[in-house]
Amino acid sequence: MSVKTPSKLEKILDSGQLAVTSECGPPRGSDPKAITRKAEMIKDHVDAINITDNQTSVTRLCSLAACIHLKLMGLEPTLQMVVRDRNRIALQSDILGAASFDIHNILCLSGDHQTFGDCPQGQNVFDIDSMQLIQTVRHMRDEGKFLGGDEITRPPRMFVGAAANPFADPFEIRVPRLAKKVAAGVEFIQTQCIYNLDKFELWMKQARDRGLHEKVYILAGVTPFKSAGMAKYMKNRVPGMDVPDEVVKRMAGVPKEKQPEEGLTICVETIQRLKECEGVRGFHIMAIEWEEKVPEIVERSGLYPRPSA
Amino acid sequence: MIVAEKKPIEEVIEMVKDFQKVLIVGCNECVTVCEAGGKKEVGILASALRMYFMNQGKKMDIDEITLERQCDHEYLEELRNTIDQYDAVISLACGVGVQFLAEKYFSTHVYPGVNTCFMGVTEERGVWSERCQGCGQCILDRTAGICPISRCAKRLLNGPCGGSTKGKCEISKDLDCAWQLIIDRLRELDRLDEYERIAPLKDWSTERAGGPRKVVREDVRQ
Amino acid sequence: MRLRYPDTIRIIRVPCTGKVDVIHILRAFEKGADGVYVVGCMEGDCRFETGNLRARRRVEHAKTILDAVGVGGDRVKMFNLSSGEGPRFAEYAVEMTDKIKEMGPNPIKRFREKRAA
Repeated sequence: MSVKTPSKLEKILDSGQLAVTSECGPPRGSDPKAITRKAEMIKDHVDAINITDNQTSVTRLCSLAACIHLKLMGLEPTLQMVVRDRNRIALQSDILGAASFDIHNILCLSGDHQTFGDCPQGQNVFDIDSMQLIQTVRHMRDEGKFLGGDEITRPPRMFVGAAANPFADPFEIRVPRLAKKVAAGVEFIQTQCIYNLDKFELWMKQARDRGLHEKVYILAGVTPFKSAGMAKYMKNRVPGMDVPDEVVKRMAGVPKEKQPEEGLTICVETIQRLKECEGVRGFHIMAIEWEEKVPEIVERSGLYPRPSA
Repeated sequence: MIVAEKKPIEEVIEMVKDFQKVLIVGCNECVTVCEAGGKKEVGILASALRMYFMNQGKKMDIDEITLERQCDHEYLEELRNTIDQYDAVISLACGVGVQFLAEKYFSTHVYPGVNTCFMGVTEERGVWSERCQGCGQCILDRTAGICPISRCAKRLLNGPCGGSTKGKCEISKDLDCAWQLIIDRLRELDRLDEYERIAPLKDWSTERAGGPRKVVREDVRQ
Repeated sequence: MRLRYPDTIRIIRVPCTGKVDVIHILRAFEKGADGVYVVGCMEGDCRFETGNLRARRRVEHAKTILDAVGVGGDRVKMFNLSSGEGPRFAEYAVEMTDKIKEMGPNPIKRFREKRAA
């Protein structure tokens, strides 16, 4: 594969090295320092930084603006874009907005339903779905045209990503779904955070059997537990999350002050094991509200220093 | 059919409390089947309102009638000779009937007695659920007879999303994941390979988004 | 058995309490009844299987309506007994009458009397 965009993430993946990405959640206010401060903490330990898009439908500073702040710092942002809140006009428009600041990575997502967030009485859009958004970005980039057919002056040059959840139901179509996204034009995948390694490796094997690992860069998602309580919450209350009992037991078996350390260790062990998994081309570290630990995770996993590309 | 639910009686009282003579008009079709606005429900609402206003010490005449439907001119015409004696009409028909009645009797106060909910089925007596959103371009041939637009909370045409858990939707354990249902049926029909076909962007112009809709059949117009 | 029960009760016989509908209960109050009670077979023993269960649900529904209109849901109640239990029938009759006497007359009767005056 050769690179199609100026994306630093694409370049690193194309070179055969393991990539590392992480994410920042924007603030519930307009202070840009809330973003820049988090980015400062992790910038030397990751290749690109995702900015979430009103995650769990909680209204926050928009992903596009936060990505622009990162770009102005000289960093590499990944624009997360959900189809819950914008119709196809707004989606294309925001893509051009991002491209005007030379933002080169985009993650196409459905978005959590608005009943989870702070405006459960609001409308939702879902004009197009995440699969069709992947097609749209590729169309804008490769054909240089809007969905309506007109030419785009200075088309976006974006590296197109999407999410995959090997742990959601039904399991039997999770790899066909990956295949579908590949057919739609996705170029990199970030998975939901992994605790059930056996299941993940099974999903990877099925993906390899279909040759998908050679058509798309798969980045394994990891999230360190801060406490046994967090592990239990994620196990029981987060849809599409698979946390095996042994992992919860391991967290709970350690005294409260030692739990954060144990959580980080489990995270590092997961990365170490998955480095050996064929088809895993990097890691996406989601340390929600714990961004300061990302450097430690990257270093302990032997992924530091990052290539300069 | 169209499924509706009775409005709380407090809301209805608020609407008509300043009138003296009110007619409650029911409908013999959909709202009868979903037990919200048929002859029975008209009787119950009338009795309840009479007792309420008696209790308030207010004189109020409440009459009852149930029409076959309220969405066709012929049936609404039946009210022509009697409607003017009333100060107000409470229609227990779905939103369609209430509006048609109001259009037809332009100078009559017309109030809705039910909340119109959706197009759906009777799963069992007392339980009705949504099946169709009237998108105007039926895709049931491609989704094994299960509609993702009305039954998927995110109306995904290429679902399921990552929140589908044990066959249920992420927003409620009581809601089936439409895409799980579609996949189960595709498997049953030995058509699971169709799952990987990417559904194209939907033309929503035939849906509500395109504006209020009309169907005209020149071949049957008089 | 010729047991005694209050003579302020008007009995309406039905083949099964499943025949009693919400409107029958409401109309009784509309016409000035101070209380209504429904006496059905023991649950599980209904000759028509679920008639008394339907009656119970309808009584509950009538309660909500009567509360909403200010008449009072406590004025309607469902009792269950088996047909041989004469003494219990009398007991329920007394219980209901005492309860209604305590609650006072149906509030809408004031209006009806005013109208008559």
